[in-house]
Amino acid sequence: MTDGRVGAGRAGMLVERNYRSSRRTWPVIVSGFFEPVFFLFAMGVGIGTLVGDVELADGTAVPYVVFVAPALLAASAMNGAVFDSTINVFFKLKYARLYDSVLATPLGPRDVAVAEIGWALLRGVVYSTAFLLVAALAGAVTSPWALLAVPAATLIGWAFASLGMAATTYMRTWADFDYVNLAILPMFLFSATFFPLQTYPPALQGVVQATPLYHGVAMVRELMLGRVGPGLLVHVAVLAALGVLGTWWTARRIEGLLLR
Amino acid sequence: MAAQVTAPVGARDGRTAKVPVLGPWSSVTGHWLVKYRRMWAGTAVSSFLAPLMYLAGMGLGLGALLDQGVGGVPYVTFIAPGLLAATALQTGAGETTFSVMGSIKWNPIYQGMLATPLGPRDVVTGHLVFVAIRVLVVSVVFFAVAAALGAVPSWWGVLAVPVAALGGVAFAACCYAYSATLSSDKGLVLVMRFVVMPMMLFSGTFFPVEQLPGYLQPVAWATPLWHAVEASRALTLGVATTPVVAGHVAYLLLWLVVGWWLSGRVLRRRMVV
Amino acid sequence: MIRAEGLVKTFGDFTAVDGIDVEVRPGEAFGFLGPNGAGKSSTMRMIGCVSPPSAGTLEILGMDARTQGAQIRARLGVVPQKDTLDEELTVEENIWVYGRYFGLSRRLVRERAEELLDFAQLTGRAKSVVEPLSGGMKRRLTIARALVNSPSVLLLDEPTTGLDPQARHVLWDRLFRLKREGVTLVLTTHYMDEAEQLCDRLVVMDQGRVVAEGSPRSLIEQHSTREVLELRFDVADHQPVAEKVHGVAERVEVLPDRLLLYTADGESAQAEVTRRGLDPLSALVRRSTLEDVFLHLTGRTLVD
Repeated sequence: MTDGRVGAGRAGMLVERNYRSSRRTWPVIVSGFFEPVFFLFAMGVGIGTLVGDVELADGTAVPYVVFVAPALLAASAMNGAVFDSTINVFFKLKYARLYDSVLATPLGPRDVAVAEIGWALLRGVVYSTAFLLVAALAGAVTSPWALLAVPAATLIGWAFASLGMAATTYMRTWADFDYVNLAILPMFLFSATFFPLQTYPPALQGVVQATPLYHGVAMVRELMLGRVGPGLLVHVAVLAALGVLGTWWTARRIEGLLLR
Repeated sequence: MAAQVTAPVGARDGRTAKVPVLGPWSSVTGHWLVKYRRMWAGTAVSSFLAPLMYLAGMGLGLGALLDQGVGGVPYVTFIAPGLLAATALQTGAGETTFSVMGSIKWNPIYQGMLATPLGPRDVVTGHLVFVAIRVLVVSVVFFAVAAALGAVPSWWGVLAVPVAALGGVAFAACCYAYSATLSSDKGLVLVMRFVVMPMMLFSGTFFPVEQLPGYLQPVAWATPLWHAVEASRALTLGVATTPVVAGHVAYLLLWLVVGWWLSGRVLRRRMVV
Repeated sequence: MIRAEGLVKTFGDFTAVDGIDVEVRPGEAFGFLGPNGAGKSSTMRMIGCVSPPSAGTLEILGMDARTQGAQIRARLGVVPQKDTLDEELTVEENIWVYGRYFGLSRRLVRERAEELLDFAQLTGRAKSVVEPLSGGMKRRLTIARALVNSPSVLLLDEPTTGLDPQARHVLWDRLFRLKREGVTLVLTTHYMDEAEQLCDRLVVMDQGRVVAEGSPRSLIEQHSTREVLELRFDVADHQPVAEKVHGVAERVEVLPDRLLLYTADGESAQAEVTRRGLDPLSALVRRSTLEDVFLHLTGRTLVD
């Protein structure tokens, strides 16, 4: 028997609610798919032409678009998850007061956390599958291991959605979201996304490797380039640990905020 | 008491109202500046640190992969004016999307303003002047950082600041007109994703538009950002000629005037019925 | 149905509810009457099992509110003070989705929604989104939504605050129907007319405590006179005038804008005022209400 104060195991009902409401905002949802595609196109035709080939850590060279596509997949999984779990959730928490009515039913704070994070992941699966198809058409997919990039991107989404939602419970105004950008943007630019780790001064390489997105980028890149090794498990472990931490933390915070 | 008859405002306690020297719109600008004073710290992140990080990440990091630079210019020097103009544009768009729609719908600030002697034109002008101040500050700061990083080879580059700011306000004016027509934030998300974001990527900011497929190049040429980028880049590289810069500036002024006129019209239709 | 003993709610140093004892019986309409900040909403949130009691016992439907929250909530209907309708959904979807939170099947939820929209007089708006509805319609929808799980107890926090008089009467009519169907109603209000209209029994709350308990009629009989004479004078301060009417009535209350004279016979009190040479701007004789009870018990008015 689960603890009735925390959750009723009915998070699926809240996911169903999100699905219903999303049917009226589908253009926005579809538009989320285009952002990484625009980036891929800009990198492919624009910067890729300027850069040419990129040398990997093992000395082999790959075209820039092949190098950058996995990073874009990982980064967009992060961006999408953070967007869904911060701005959207903040609106529901503070303005729509959605969770006040949800918690008046048998559902508990854990259901809310699981549902919102789960919803962000569902969208993430759709986006990353679509992006992978586009990347394949652009010739940026070179290994069958790439199929595992979809669950990998979902794992990235889980880590960031849960941390993002936990952070959202601390927000007071919309202006606070600028600080979310402050955390996201450097990761987006400096997690070996657009240029390889070896480009950084040695002192900074350790810092880069400490960011969660670095593990996401490295994981998806290893899969899409077909360079699978035991190191992959480290990335998976780091991201899964963050996901568990974020989910637990979110449930606790929602309880503290709404059930006082 | 004859004095009270001519006093348009504050007549009850005998005090007369002063019309602001610059025009009634300046009180609207004042409103936005007062509001901004309370949140400038947060926006410093998005309007200053973000472009700085792009400059460092793309210019220096990605630049390390580009040995020959672009057209003989180091990559960081190539993208600095592009990022300058793009930042100005993004700031302008940011100040005329959610806040405009919100002032009509969520937190009816405009309704309050229009209940006073202010008219829709004053509201638009005052708001856009505020945007101009914001954009100019952002441009000055970004320019200073880029120059400190050695990404501005020519002294003519100083003139890129007003040009980039003009680009930002020009786009903001049109953005304003669009935002004022909306009744939900769906449209704002779409304009960010389908107009602002692609414009940032494909208007010559990160790579020359000549690399785009031929049929897309005219689209890039039509965007205000391309003109702002081209003029700014010519100035910072010190290769500008007066007619070219004047042409770009004239195109941006056209956007500004059309956007301003449309915004006033849209706001009147929406609010004064 | 609901039994509270020594119930306390504190937020840090602030005590919102200060040891109240309450019992609600099956099928009755029970009210918490008091001004803003009396602790009514905190009490309601504890009964709704979304706010753990700080001390005391709280038993709802024979279960402990502290440990069996989810099971209790499954049998409650909650109408919060501010509508928490889902503005991203349509009217009928609001009921469907809410019903699903209770684990009801899709088919059952649809059947219930049809009945409830009829009950709330919203059938014609079923497919409409929530946002453009009037305040009264939204309130009725919130009540319909709260009924989707056929609750044994319906909690209503300030059900008609902010509604126009006509919308209030429509709402009261719906609540009477529910009561006739045997639903236990628990409501808070700071409107005495609402309490008199709806409640079989009520407690008067002030500063987190229960200051009186009983039926509206018995409370008025106990704590007020049969009639009240309201006098308004053309003065900035009514206090000096109060001294001049000393002895005219059993009790005189001074409000910023008028005097209230409590007496069994308002007409003769008014005659006495005139005989003393006083000339009020207006004089009104009316029956005592719960407002007067509250004023007597706490020295303050309900609506400020």
